[in-house]
Amino acid sequence: MIHNKETIPQRPAPKGTIGPVAWLRGNLFNGPINSVFTLLGLYVLYLLVVPTVQWAFIDANWVGDSREDCTRAGACWVFVNARFSQFMYGLYPSEEYWRANIVFAMFAAIIAWMVIPRLPFKRWMALFALLIFPVIAYVLLHGGYFDLPRVSTHRWGGLMLTLLLASVGMIGALPIGIVLALGRRSNMPIVKTFCVIFIEFWRGVPLITILFMASVMLPLFLPSEISVDRLVRALIGLTLFQSAYMAEVIRGGLQAIPKGQDEAAAALGMTYWKRMGLIVMPQALKMMIPGIVNTFISLFKDTTLVMIIGLFDLLGIVQAALSDSRWLGFSIEGYVFAAFVFWIFCFSMSRYSQYLERKLNTGHKH
Amino acid sequence: MFNKKHLALLASAGSLSLAGMATAQADTLEDTIERGAVQCGVSDGLPGFSAPDDDGNWQGLDVDVCRAVAAAVLGDADAVNYISLNAVERFTALQSGEVDLLSRNTTWTTTRDTTLGLNFTGVNFYDGQGFMVSRDLGITGADELDGASICIQSGTTTELNLADYFRANNMEFNPIVFDTSEQTVGGYQAGRCDVLTSDTSQLAALRIQLDDPEASMILSDVISKEPLGPVVRQGDDLWFNIVKWSLFAMLNAEEYGVTSENAEEMLNSENPDVARLLGQDGNYGEGMQLEADWAYNIISQVGNYAESFERNVGMDSPLEIERGVNALWNDGGFQYAPPIR
Repeated sequence: MIHNKETIPQRPAPKGTIGPVAWLRGNLFNGPINSVFTLLGLYVLYLLVVPTVQWAFIDANWVGDSREDCTRAGACWVFVNARFSQFMYGLYPSEEYWRANIVFAMFAAIIAWMVIPRLPFKRWMALFALLIFPVIAYVLLHGGYFDLPRVSTHRWGGLMLTLLLASVGMIGALPIGIVLALGRRSNMPIVKTFCVIFIEFWRGVPLITILFMASVMLPLFLPSEISVDRLVRALIGLTLFQSAYMAEVIRGGLQAIPKGQDEAAAALGMTYWKRMGLIVMPQALKMMIPGIVNTFISLFKDTTLVMIIGLFDLLGIVQAALSDSRWLGFSIEGYVFAAFVFWIFCFSMSRYSQYLERKLNTGHKH
Repeated sequence: MFNKKHLALLASAGSLSLAGMATAQADTLEDTIERGAVQCGVSDGLPGFSAPDDDGNWQGLDVDVCRAVAAAVLGDADAVNYISLNAVERFTALQSGEVDLLSRNTTWTTTRDTTLGLNFTGVNFYDGQGFMVSRDLGITGADELDGASICIQSGTTTELNLADYFRANNMEFNPIVFDTSEQTVGGYQAGRCDVLTSDTSQLAALRIQLDDPEASMILSDVISKEPLGPVVRQGDDLWFNIVKWSLFAMLNAEEYGVTSENAEEMLNSENPDVARLLGQDGNYGEGMQLEADWAYNIISQVGNYAESFERNVGMDSPLEIERGVNALWNDGGFQYAPPIR
C-alpha cells in the first residue's frame, strides 16, 4: 500500500473559472438566451447613457452669467450656477449668508460627531443638538438679537429651508411618535382612545390637506391679533403628521418584542418607564431602524409640498427661478439639479441606516 | 349655572376678538407705518409679473405696484415684505390680514369683487386670451383658425373661452390638452398642434421657451377679457384710496411725461398738472394722510407706468409684449387715470 503522507498542495483554480472573462461568461453569457438579453441590455444602456452624457457634460455650457451664454445644444448649467446661492439660501439677504453658513457648518459638525463612532461625549452632543443648537440656529437665522438684523421667515428658502423642515420634522416626530405608540398600547382607556384618534386622524388626511388647513383656514379661525408665522404653521403640521406615521412604525417594532421580556422586567420590580426605557425600547428601536429611516426619507421628500403654501423650499425656489423672464426655458436643468441634491441626501440617509443596522446587528444573523 | 357663565365668557371673548379684528383691519395704514413695511401678496413666480431675479430681489409688473404703495406710504419702495401666494390661498391671505395688498395677476370679476369682502382698486394689466401660431402658416387673424388643432392647458378658463369663441363664430377646432405649461409648449414645439392658446401675457413667456422663438408669432386678436389688478380688503377706504391712487399716479406720470430720471427736474415744471402730481402745488396726499411728495416718491423710485411696463414685460424685457390695449387712453389703449386735482 502506498501511503502519501504529504497533503496535496493547493493548486490554483482551473484557468477558465477565474478572472474577468470567466466572470462575464458565468454571469452575463451563460447560455444563448442570457447572452441575447445581455446584448439587448447593453444596447438600451448605450441608447440612454450616450445622449445623457452628451447633453449633461459634453454639449453643456458651464460658464457665463446670462442666457446668451448658453448654446442650447446641451444643458445650460450657467442657470444653476447663476442661481446657486438662491437655491441654497432662498431669498435670504446675501450679506447675511454667513449666518446661515455658521448654522450649516454647526449642523454638519453635529451630524458628523454623531455619525463617527470614535468621537466621545455622544450623549452631551445629543443634548446640545436637541436643546442648545435649535436656539443658536434660531437666533442666528432669524436675528433680532445681539444687533443681528432681523430676517423674517418668508425670506428663508432653498436647501436651508428643506433641511430645516426635514430636521425639525424628524426630531419632533420621533419622541411624539414614541409616546403615541406607547399610548396606543396602554391599558388606560382615555390615553389609548386619545392616541388612537390622534393617529387615525392624522394618518387619514393627506399632507397637502394639512398644509392647506394650516396655511389657509387657520388664520381665519384665529383672531387677527394672534398671527402665527406661516413657517411655524407648516412645521407644526408636518411634525404632527409625521409623528402619526412614526407612532405606527414604532408600534410595529414594539409588537415584535416578546411579551416575556416585559414580564420578566416587571418580575424584577421595574416600573413601567424603566421597563420601556431599559428593556423594551432599546430592542424595539434597533429593529425599527429600516422603518424609521424609511419614514425620514419620505418626510425629507414630502417637505417639497410646502411649495403649495408659498414657502420656497429647494424645489419651490427652483420653480420660482424658472419663472424669471430672463431665464425662461431651463426647467430641465433646474429639476435635474433639485433631483440630484435630493438624491444625495436620501442616499446618504439610506447608507447610514444600513451601516447602523450592521453595527447594531439587528438582523440576529449570528 | 356654570354652563351659562361659560357661554357668556365665550361670547364676550368672541365679540372682543371680532372687534379686535375690525379695528385691526380698519387701520391698515397705521399698521403699515408701525411695521415699517407693506405686506404684499405676490405670485409664487410668473414671468414678468413677479419673480425673484438673480440677486433674490422681486421684479415684475405686479411687484411694482407693491413698491409704489410702499414708496407712497413709507417713502421707501424697498420697504415691502413679499409673501408669495398660490392661486387658492391668495384671497384668504388677504381676508385674514396676512397681507395688506394682493398684487398677484388677479382677474377682476363680479364674484370676486362682490362676494369675498374684497375690493379691486384698478387694472394694472389688461390681459386676454390670445393665440400663438407658426409664422409659416401665414395666418393673420383668429377668424382663420377654423379646423385648427389647438394646444391648451387643462383646468383653466382658457378651455371654456376657446369653446365659446369657436361656437359663436361657427368654427371647428380640435383641442389637445396638456397638464402644465411646459408640456403645452413641448406639444406645440413637437408639432402636435398648429396653435397654442393662453393669456397673452403667458404666451409671450411661452414663446421665448421655444427653440426658435422668431418662427412663431402671437396674433393680435384677443377673445376674452382678463383685467388684472391689485386687491385690498373691503372696509378700509383709506387704504383702498392709497392703493388706487398709487397706480393712478404712475399712469398720470406717464401721461405728463414724468419719469424716474427727470422727476427731480420736473419739480420745477411750469405745467400745473405736473406741479399738482409732484406736490409742488397743494397737497393732494392729505386726503390719504400721506405727505405731499407721495407721488414724487413713487415716480422717482419705481418709475411711471410706461417704465414699469417696458422694464418688466415690454420691449426692454425678454417677453417683448406690445403695449396694445395697455397703452394710455390718448395713445389708443384703455389705461386712463382720473386727474389729480
